[in-house]
Amino acid sequence: MSEKLPEKIEDKLFKLKYKTDSQCHLNPDQSKCLQCLEKTCTIICPANVYCYNETENKLTVSYEKCLECGACRIACKHINWEYPKSGKGVQFKKS
Amino acid sequence: MLQENQQNKTDVIVVGAGPAGVSAAVTVARGSKNVVLVERGNFAGAKNMYGGVIYSHAAQEVFPNYKESPIERFVSTHSYVIMSENDSTTVSYKNPAHKENAFIITRANWDKWCVEQAINEGVYYAPNTLVKELIVKEGKVIGIRTDVEEYYADVVIIADGVNSLLAKQIGLRKDIKLKNVFMGVKEVIKLPSEVIDQRFGLINQTGCAMELVGGPLKDLFAMGIIYTNKDSVAVGLGVSLEDLKNNKTKPYELLEKMKKHPFVADLIQDGELLEYSAHLIPEGGYNCLPKLYTDGAMVTGDAAMLVNNVHFEGTNFAMISGKYAGETALEALAKNDFSQNILCLYKKKLDNSFILKDLRTYKNVVKTLTERTNSIGYYSNKLNEFLEIFTTADGVEKKGKFQKFAKHFFTKRSLAELFKDGFAAVKVMFDILK
Repeated sequence: MSEKLPEKIEDKLFKLKYKTDSQCHLNPDQSKCLQCLEKTCTIICPANVYCYNETENKLTVSYEKCLECGACRIACKHINWEYPKSGKGVQFKKS
Repeated sequence: MLQENQQNKTDVIVVGAGPAGVSAAVTVARGSKNVVLVERGNFAGAKNMYGGVIYSHAAQEVFPNYKESPIERFVSTHSYVIMSENDSTTVSYKNPAHKENAFIITRANWDKWCVEQAINEGVYYAPNTLVKELIVKEGKVIGIRTDVEEYYADVVIIADGVNSLLAKQIGLRKDIKLKNVFMGVKEVIKLPSEVIDQRFGLINQTGCAMELVGGPLKDLFAMGIIYTNKDSVAVGLGVSLEDLKNNKTKPYELLEKMKKHPFVADLIQDGELLEYSAHLIPEGGYNCLPKLYTDGAMVTGDAAMLVNNVHFEGTNFAMISGKYAGETALEALAKNDFSQNILCLYKKKLDNSFILKDLRTYKNVVKTLTERTNSIGYYSNKLNEFLEIFTTADGVEKKGKFQKFAKHFFTKRSLAELFKDGFAAVKVMFDILK
């Protein structure tokens, strides 16, 4: 498909407006990530926030892309999940 | 904790300025009581997306002047699209008498308009305000704690959406299971208005609401949507979180697959992505309803998981439940009693309305359908196969083709499965009609 209808999630997210919070509002317990086999957060997140870095054995959290849907919160008990601070985060304008 | 005083106390606080919250707040203001409507986004709608429509009956009940609101298009056509890998069958319903039953909006515009109406009617609106927690004293909700301050009220109406951390905090809601939540992902794609009219067969700026099953969605419990705005088209899908997990499917990749199906691709060709969004949908139905009230608080809309997933109804449940909560708050203020003894009236109102009556009717339907997920793909394929034979003229006699089709119908799916499908269909009908 054309550039006007991007296929990659990063390009889709690029169209969105965010007021990025200075602090990360998604805090997984990394010690639990080490033992986690399923890594469901990396699958169900609609904004590809979570990526498991195999070399560093660490879950990277690109919280600035978060759409605040809460899917990871429901899928995993080990993420300390909060909303971004007042007025921060994603701003849907056409949805 | 600060002490409650004249400056930081109001009659009612509503948390969340979506359809439920704004309906609750405006109802309280119309009863000449003080109400503060709190929203964490920096404008109403900033955090909201939907895959649906606004139903006129609910809009009319809360905002009788709703026809002045920023409506994209009234829905004139409902289409159901049954897809196979490349082909599809569409059933469309049009009824001139129903042309104003529902309308399509974009949330940032419409939610903002609703809040403006509410402000004009006396609601005090506080955007950019995240409620961190409810203030509870001796088991009774008495206010909210935000990033910066504490604020007190006789009644707090919780309308903070599907995740409702507040209802969870006070124990009204338990943790939700993956299978009871759907992920909604959606792309709004820009197209010229006249191109939309032409592709969807619409005239006079009327709109189309389309639901899609099968084909690229067949392996998961998922349903696609396509709705027409004035000069853009919303293409999205709702899919069970549990199925995403089990199938290791990313929601945006599933949407990408759906967009590539020829039926969808033709509709959005040459369009331009305006916005991608995602939101959860509470789909647990009646069996997952939380406790709807406690001393000093009531839960409304998505926060109360009030959604009829079979009929794509949620915005109307939100608005009417908000209105009922507002009415109940007024009743409590009149009697100066904010305990469950009075707030249970909210539940009674819901019980007597279409909201809980419908949710009760459908309480087992989704469970039955979920268990038969794989049948949707099977029958979608069979329907399209049949119509392919029916519509193809190729100089080959028809009898052999139909015989092969009939044979495959009973051999490609085991008799036990076919029997279970039939049983499920009867069960669904029985559940609705009993």
